[in-house]
Amino acid sequence: MDFDINVLTNTEKVIYALRSLYINNGYDLYKMSKFEEYDLYSNKKDFLVSDQVITFTDTNGKLMALKPDVTLSIVKNYKESDKLSKLCYDESVYRVAKGSNSFKEMLQNGVECIGDVKNENINEVLTLALKSLELVSDSSLLTVSSLDILVACMKKITDVRSEINELITLVSEKNVHGIKAKYPEGNEALLDLLKISASPSVALTMIEPIAKRVGAYEAFLNLKEAVAGLNDNVVIDFSVSADISYYNGIIFKGYVEGVPSAVLSGGQYDKLMKKMHKRATSIGFAVYLDLLDFMLEN
Amino acid sequence: MKMLNVALPKGRLGEKVYAKFEASGYPCPSIKENNRKLIFENEEVGVRYFWVKPSDVAVYVERGAADVGVAGKDILLEYEPDIYELLDLDTGKCRMCVAAKKGYVDNPKRPLRVATKFTNIAKSYYSSIGRDIDIIHLNGSIEIAPILGLSDVIVDIVETGTTLKENDLEVIQEIVPLSARFIVNKTSYGFKKEQIDKLVNNLAKLMEEEK
Repeated sequence: MDFDINVLTNTEKVIYALRSLYINNGYDLYKMSKFEEYDLYSNKKDFLVSDQVITFTDTNGKLMALKPDVTLSIVKNYKESDKLSKLCYDESVYRVAKGSNSFKEMLQNGVECIGDVKNENINEVLTLALKSLELVSDSSLLTVSSLDILVACMKKITDVRSEINELITLVSEKNVHGIKAKYPEGNEALLDLLKISASPSVALTMIEPIAKRVGAYEAFLNLKEAVAGLNDNVVIDFSVSADISYYNGIIFKGYVEGVPSAVLSGGQYDKLMKKMHKRATSIGFAVYLDLLDFMLEN
Repeated sequence: MKMLNVALPKGRLGEKVYAKFEASGYPCPSIKENNRKLIFENEEVGVRYFWVKPSDVAVYVERGAADVGVAGKDILLEYEPDIYELLDLDTGKCRMCVAAKKGYVDNPKRPLRVATKFTNIAKSYYSSIGRDIDIIHLNGSIEIAPILGLSDVIVDIVETGTTLKENDLEVIQEIVPLSARFIVNKTSYGFKKEQIDKLVNNLAKLMEEEK
């Protein structure tokens, strides 16, 4: 079947270019239904970017939802195997966009890697994330953080879960004055960590002594292996954060110049796997194509 | 050099803040000209200022129209924009408070009627203390609500307390202290890090000297 590629919009070209990138790197295309039983989301609302879901009653009386998320469906259908499950997708999700009171269809491309995930797989996923960003823009940045090192530093301040969550918000704002005002004791390691925002070659030498101080040396070694060979357009910055009920280890966000918020988001979600009674570890990311629309079609 | 776009809040606070930027090495003489222009540029130091409504600064920064800006903590708590908050500028200081008619006694048997412009702040405060509330969103003249029986209490910004006093109201609880904050768009920080770090360091140094 021949056709002129120029009939595609720039966004469509990016969708297929990303799909091709993932398939050529050993990821199988995963197609799924637009609907999912609502039960899947009802007790995992914190995992969803927006907690509102479009629901409807199916002809058999079951409460269904238009998918607000792809990862949960992939995890639900994951079957234990000796082989690593490497999947990619381009799907629409239905969410309430921030600051608006209405639902929006949002297109996402992404990958999920589930099974016995090793540091080399994490490195491969980070490399793919970086390549995804480079594919959509000449000027891009992948910011990487280690949730395990971050939480170890926070535990020097408090063990109370609600306070850890508050600290995560303050860290995501790089809000040093807020941390000092609210948690004046034991904040040295966390504040040292927050000062770091540099390429891996520079950042790792700064992180190592902090990780040792807070008993997170293993997490440091994992981070070091995860970013091995990555330097250009990669920044280690601990303001990248995520919900610790679901995520752990390496988390990351991708930015491209001219788009005001992160266009790529991902990380290890072993805790979600455990919550869904799956014996496997995992990592994945999504590219938010709706955010790129404006840049790509201009 | 890439230009750094700075959103400043229109009004007295914005003028005070601009003076800090100017003293930190980012002057823009045209901003002081008496005209109706809203955008001012100094190519030499690589800065472009614009005046916007104070409550809109966070939107300009979150949406990337401005790389950095100055917004009140009340706006940041209310709208929760996804931005960096790098400095407390220690200016425009006031408090977010619960106020009521003098001598008011809470009746815990029914939901508390709360009038406010800051519904998000009020909701999260009362949720943190486990009090059921009926929220009444108002856009201004909040103080009148308890006087006319529209609400039991108000949640509002208190600077000197004069308006409350003149209307026979009093503060019954301080929720959070407020001041102007230096905020940064997350993408801009990634791509203009050196410029933004330099500005933050200069502002922090100036504030240290002013102490």
